[in-house]
Amino acid sequence: MLRKTFDHEIQQAKDDMLVLGSMVEQAIVESVEALKKRDLQASEKILAGDRAINKKRFSIESQLMVLIATQQPMAHDLRLLASILEIISELERMGDYAKGIGNINIRMGNEPLLKPLIDVPRMAQKGADMLHRALTAFVNEDVQTARRIPVEDDEVDALYNQVYRELMTFVINDPTTIERANWLLWTAHNLERFADRVTNICERTVFVATGELTEINDTDSEFWKQK
Amino acid sequence: MNHMSYRRRNWRQTVNTFMLGLTAICTMMVVAPLVWILAYVVRQGLPALSLTLLTQLPTPVGVAGGGIANALVGSAMTVGLGLLIAAPVGILAGIYAAMYPNTVLGTSVRFGTDVISGVPSIVMGIFAYTLIVLPQRHFSALSGGIVLSFIMVPTLIRATEEMIRLVPSSLREGSLALGAAEWRTSFSVIVPAAVNGLVTGMMLAIARAAGEAAPMLFTAFGNPFMNTDFGQPVATLPHMIFVYAVSPYNDWHAKAWATALVLITLVLLLNILARLIVWQRARVLGSLK
Amino acid sequence: MQPAIRLQSAATRNASLERDQTLKMSTEALCVLYHDFRAISDVNLPIYAQKITAIIGPSGCGKSTLIRALNRMNDLVHGSRAEGQVYLDGKPLYENNVDVVDVRRRIGMVFQRPNPFPKSIYDNVAYGPRLHGLRRRRDLDDLVEQSLQKAALWGEVKDKLHQSGLSLSGGQQQRLCIARAIAVQPEVILMDEPAAALDPISTLRIEELMHDIVKEYTIVIVTHNMQQAARVSDFTAMMMIDDHRAGSVIEFDATNTIFTNPRDKRTEDYVTGRFG
Repeated sequence: MLRKTFDHEIQQAKDDMLVLGSMVEQAIVESVEALKKRDLQASEKILAGDRAINKKRFSIESQLMVLIATQQPMAHDLRLLASILEIISELERMGDYAKGIGNINIRMGNEPLLKPLIDVPRMAQKGADMLHRALTAFVNEDVQTARRIPVEDDEVDALYNQVYRELMTFVINDPTTIERANWLLWTAHNLERFADRVTNICERTVFVATGELTEINDTDSEFWKQK
Repeated sequence: MNHMSYRRRNWRQTVNTFMLGLTAICTMMVVAPLVWILAYVVRQGLPALSLTLLTQLPTPVGVAGGGIANALVGSAMTVGLGLLIAAPVGILAGIYAAMYPNTVLGTSVRFGTDVISGVPSIVMGIFAYTLIVLPQRHFSALSGGIVLSFIMVPTLIRATEEMIRLVPSSLREGSLALGAAEWRTSFSVIVPAAVNGLVTGMMLAIARAAGEAAPMLFTAFGNPFMNTDFGQPVATLPHMIFVYAVSPYNDWHAKAWATALVLITLVLLLNILARLIVWQRARVLGSLK
Repeated sequence: MQPAIRLQSAATRNASLERDQTLKMSTEALCVLYHDFRAISDVNLPIYAQKITAIIGPSGCGKSTLIRALNRMNDLVHGSRAEGQVYLDGKPLYENNVDVVDVRRRIGMVFQRPNPFPKSIYDNVAYGPRLHGLRRRRDLDDLVEQSLQKAALWGEVKDKLHQSGLSLSGGQQQRLCIARAIAVQPEVILMDEPAAALDPISTLRIEELMHDIVKEYTIVIVTHNMQQAARVSDFTAMMMIDDHRAGSVIEFDATNTIFTNPRDKRTEDYVTGRFG
């Protein structure tokens, strides 16, 4: 088979992307765990971990630049490499969400949580799980799975809705809780955006396999229209 | 290197030197007679060579002096006429044979050329004698010119064909792709590209024809006087050599050597010129390959 | 086996793109045979006006044969025969009453190895026009200058027009050949691997030149350099040999599509370098 070296390097890029993905999955779950347990040290580790995520992302990006410049990828190879570039950018931002949650935990410091966290960890788990499956679908070019995952974003949106209503109730009843409610709302918002970005990754899977670049399951606007 | 390689290398070098020596000896065996002939002719002919020889007519027996002026003119006439007839025929036939080598006519031209060039020139002379001299009832420069043209045509065809073949086919394609017809391409592009080679071919043909003595015996026949009329017999250089050489007079023998020297020099010069032109042309066209 | 592309298949992809083009030339079930050997088979290729169409494919797949069939240069090969038809502006070229000389004036050709005549630069460019009847010195001068300008060579040779065409460098010689082809004012210019024998800078010069002149001419280029085809052409035809060693066009589409998302797996394998 021709281009063995090139194929090997493409495989390497995919593997590196998966590693970056699992770093991000871990980060989002652990950041919420740390918040739930009020473990400030763990949150510091999350912040350090984000620097590692950024570094990894840039390293993959320069590898890919070299690959594109020297190997003149065409057709499928081109779509694949361009998509990996896009995905690692998404992953980096998703990592930033985890960092944001870590920051919130540290900011809150010794203040107690407004309420025990139940929905928020579920959002995190769901998001991490969706990410994991989306990345697997990408490397396997599994278009069917890729088209189904974005639908699960509705679940995450529903959870966010619930958290929002709960927190609003708290604030209305006791306006002094507004700061803590804000922080929690921001955490939930990060997790909701996390799940949204998984959809972008699924769109890339479809693009690489078929060459079509379209949005999947654009139901967000529906969500915002409801009250 | 280990000692085995040393042995092998020495053996190789010995064989090398031996073969080189062998080929050198063979080369010398071939070149030596040529050099010897040339040297001999120069030695014998140079003393008798003088301006008088080249500008004066032959004197009768016993009278000193005299020259080969009429033979020079006669050779020029016969060879000139021969070229005039042979050049168009030979060049055009050569062009045809080069451009259409696989046709019946093309192969015939090449076959015919080989056959004619194999015919002894004396037979050509007899042929011309029967065809032209007998009906005309006298010898003439005309018949001499005609027989020389028979002799020159194969050389011209051969040289033309080779020079045309030297022209890269990409030139032909380039011209045709511009919308030129085949004949136009031949004459506007290919022949001009080969023209130096054609001139070379002509020089080679002249060199050959100038030295033909046997056919002259039956056609131009020789003439002790200066003659510029094509209808009359005329003296030629090779013929004069023959006449002088078989005579019993010593100073005529010397004149024979001198004439031979003149002839050989002319032929040598033409050959060298021809080779120089071919070499230069191939270099220029070579940059196209 | 993939069926050959039919013109009607424009209905599938890029239909809108092809709809806006005018058809300058086209082939219909074109086959070229050398004695009994079928070199190309059943080619239906559209050539759109004022566009650059590239023909790519592995060695020996019949690209040169195809492009030479477009201006009947294959006629010069002993034993070659064409079946099917080639159309120029809707009129067939392989007919008994067609003037081949005129066809070759309207469809010019540039070859892989530059082949300037051993004449002066001026005479090289003027050769074609003189052939077709242009005699007045002033008109010839103008035409020679124009052609050399279009071929991006005027500046380099305007002071040495009388020098031999062979005294130029390889890249300059090729541009001279292009000027020579342009001088007869063709409608279509065929280029059979025009930059194959040139260095990278000369190659890029020629590609730029193609971009400049395509506004006036229709260009068809055969190239084994995929990146060049991708850089330079608007449409690309992918050729491949079948089991009987006859070449055919297996895919034809806009260049952007061929190189980002081709339809046929064989095309994909070829452009990604995994062919073979």
